[in-house]
Amino acid sequence: MHPAPFAYKAAHSVEEALELLRSHEDAKILAGGQSLIPALKLRLTQPAMLIDISKISSLRGIRRENGKLIIGSGTTHREIEKSSLVAEASPLLASLAPQIGDVQVRHRGTFGGSLAHADPAGDWPAAALAVDAELVIAGAHGTRTVHASDFFTGMLSTVINADELLTEIRVPGEGTPGIYLKHRNAASGYATVGVAVTATHNHGRIGTVSIAVTGATPVAFRASAAEHALTGHAVSAHLLDEAASHAADGLECLSDIHAPAAYRAQLVKVMVRRALGKLLHA
Amino acid sequence: MEETHVGISVEVNGRPHRSTVEPRTLLVDYLRDDLGLTGTHIGCDTGQCGACTVIVDGQSVKSCMVLAVQADGAHVRTVEGLAQDGRYHAVQQGFWEKHGLQCGFCTPGFMMQSVQILEDNPDPSDQEIRDALEGNLCRCTGYQNIVEAVKAAGATIRSGAETMALGTGVGA
Ligand SMILES: Cc1cc2nc3c(=O)[nH]c(=O)nc-3n(C[C@H](O)[C@H](O)[C@H](O)COP(=O)(O)OP(=O)(O)OC[C@H]3O[C@@H](n4cnc5c(N)ncnc54)[C@H](O)[C@@H]3O)c2cc1C
Ligand code: FES
Ligand code: FES
Repeated sequence: MHPAPFAYKAAHSVEEALELLRSHEDAKILAGGQSLIPALKLRLTQPAMLIDISKISSLRGIRRENGKLIIGSGTTHREIEKSSLVAEASPLLASLAPQIGDVQVRHRGTFGGSLAHADPAGDWPAAALAVDAELVIAGAHGTRTVHASDFFTGMLSTVINADELLTEIRVPGEGTPGIYLKHRNAASGYATVGVAVTATHNHGRIGTVSIAVTGATPVAFRASAAEHALTGHAVSAHLLDEAASHAADGLECLSDIHAPAAYRAQLVKVMVRRALGKLLHA
Repeated sequence: MEETHVGISVEVNGRPHRSTVEPRTLLVDYLRDDLGLTGTHIGCDTGQCGACTVIVDGQSVKSCMVLAVQADGAHVRTVEGLAQDGRYHAVQQGFWEKHGLQCGFCTPGFMMQSVQILEDNPDPSDQEIRDALEGNLCRCTGYQNIVEAVKAAGATIRSGAETMALGTGVGA
């Protein structure tokens, strides 16, 4: 399978990438290529030009600033997986990274590319929602910051405009316990349903809790009813059962050859229960 | 009018190459068709099977999921570059000793990923080997002997022992 022809330019700075985006109609950003190249090969998309941002060093790297993890959009899944900073500051991200695809895919695929792609079965969107990440988007008139809850607008779509670039992602980094559990599609490894959970608890009582789900619906979402059922209560198996049983309330799940909607809804409840149990030991 | 061809410089197995490619050329096709290095195989062309695995700047990738233009300025290692100074690579020897292959179609990709595994950690556990081979599919072996091959190669590398001379072992 060969992509349709396109022109190619490697940008060496964010400004250069933005300028190329502005001056070329129908241009697309190329980051790790692990979602875009398959789509080009299937000719699902046929841009006139690709602007390669993988050589922009300022988009790459992980640092800690004012209690937050600042992750460059071009940081690879593998770099996150191997980062001791991430392991310490965000157990949720550390638990998720090694569950993406395989080593070869993780060597190239990027954090920002995955969020910008907003694949309904992608893993990172759930984590971004669960930790309430802030996404920094650069455009002609400077940068704007968008909360994860406002970032995803639908299947494969986000608030990033055609002439904009996701540059970095800010994640709370105070080490809040968190975990990502995924029911993998046996063939593709993508999430049929994936659940990201973070929770604080004190003397057996739950403080703040967040539960985000990917794979089940066109866009990843926060399971607020289940979160509310938990906040402030004493941890018990019964409480977790009860909360998880509401995780799929009112959902309109995706349905495809891999999993009908009812099965996905059931998986949401099961995976939320398992993730809560693992995290809260109940 | 944008250029339809782009010049790239790529070092493959230590040898520099300057080429002109269409931007849409996949790295695997560049290696096989332009450079004649057909050891890198195409199994699925959809990123699933790992037969096309090569190492770009020290990181294994599926070369059917990378454009040749993205390898501009990079060092690429393919299965053809494994044997050095008249001797097999420890990973090649491991696959031979432990019967890590049957039909051999998946083997170049498995060997390149195995090289990556052992360069990351020369003494991986069985589980670490299996996890890191997740992106490679084999229709023949059932994987057990591939895991054994990686372990044997790791042992050879850790011991510093000399590997077999080219031409020995195989049908000789
Ligand atoms: C075999 C295989 C298995 C996989 N398994 C999984 C899996 O289990 N879970 C999972 O979540 N993903 C999986 N993936 C996808 C992988 O995680 C991709 O890396 C990711 O979805 C996209 O990131 P990328 O850097 O490769 O982006 P690209 O493919 O380069 O780009 C994807 C899209 O995002 C846009 N884009 C990229 N970066 C930016 C930016 N900074 N600003 C604005 N727009 C941008 C591009 O224009 C494009 O539209 C798999 C891929 C393969 C090939
Ligand atoms: S041919 Fe590249 S992964 Fe199968
Ligand atoms: S040896 Fe035949 S596919 Fe692996």
